[in-house]
Amino acid sequence: MKKLLFVQSKPPHGSLQGQEGLDAILAGSAFVDCAILFSGDGIYQLLSRQHTDALASRDYAATYLALADYGVDQLYCVAADLKQRSLTMADLLLNPTLLDDAGVKALLHGADAILDF
Amino acid sequence: MQFMIVVQGGPYTTQASLTALHFARAVLASGHKIYRVFFYHDGVYNGNALIAPPQDEIDLHQTWCALGKEHSLELIVCVASALRRGLLDATEAQRYEKSASNLDPQFTISGLGQLIDGALTADRTMTFGA
Repeated sequence: MKKLLFVQSKPPHGSLQGQEGLDAILAGSAFVDCAILFSGDGIYQLLSRQHTDALASRDYAATYLALADYGVDQLYCVAADLKQRSLTMADLLLNPTLLDDAGVKALLHGADAILDF
Repeated sequence: MQFMIVVQGGPYTTQASLTALHFARAVLASGHKIYRVFFYHDGVYNGNALIAPPQDEIDLHQTWCALGKEHSLELIVCVASALRRGLLDATEAQRYEKSASNLDPQFTISGLGQLIDGALTADRTMTFGA
């Protein structure tokens, strides 16, 4: 089976990029093996305790919790991105696999196609 | 080689649309094929038939239409992205009881399955404006 890699690199709520990216991931999960790399500010999409009511923005982070039901269980983030943002796993809704630069390179090379958001 | 082109930037707002056009032309000029162009996020605005730029500026919408027509390209606009941004063809305008439609007939409204299919089928997927 082919493998699609989705790269989420935008923070949530400031734009629709993350939310519409997640829509694409859900669509992809119906067809193939999907993995997600949270890159740079994209890791903020996985923050727990997001309060979106005041933003009139959808709290789509909750959908990430349901991804396993769609067969999407390969979530990755870059260790250095977390460190730069003073984040730890305890701040996140899920536990993505931490990658170093070599790990990111291997992940990118292992995908049949990459969709960036 | 077959290319899938994903455009996520609106016309004039960012360079994404024009760069994607240049890339598409280069692909075709090199003898390669374009499997599909998929417009997502603000990229759907490229399908807006009401775009009316100053005469001494490039008309990005018309340029996409002309390229699509000349090479029989599939220019697909994501339905969810399009509807929330007010890009409607006649069918959707009727369905949502809107007073007008504005999607150029050279573009087709379709779903995210077209994005996934394109990424899986084409030899290369190029994203502009992510």
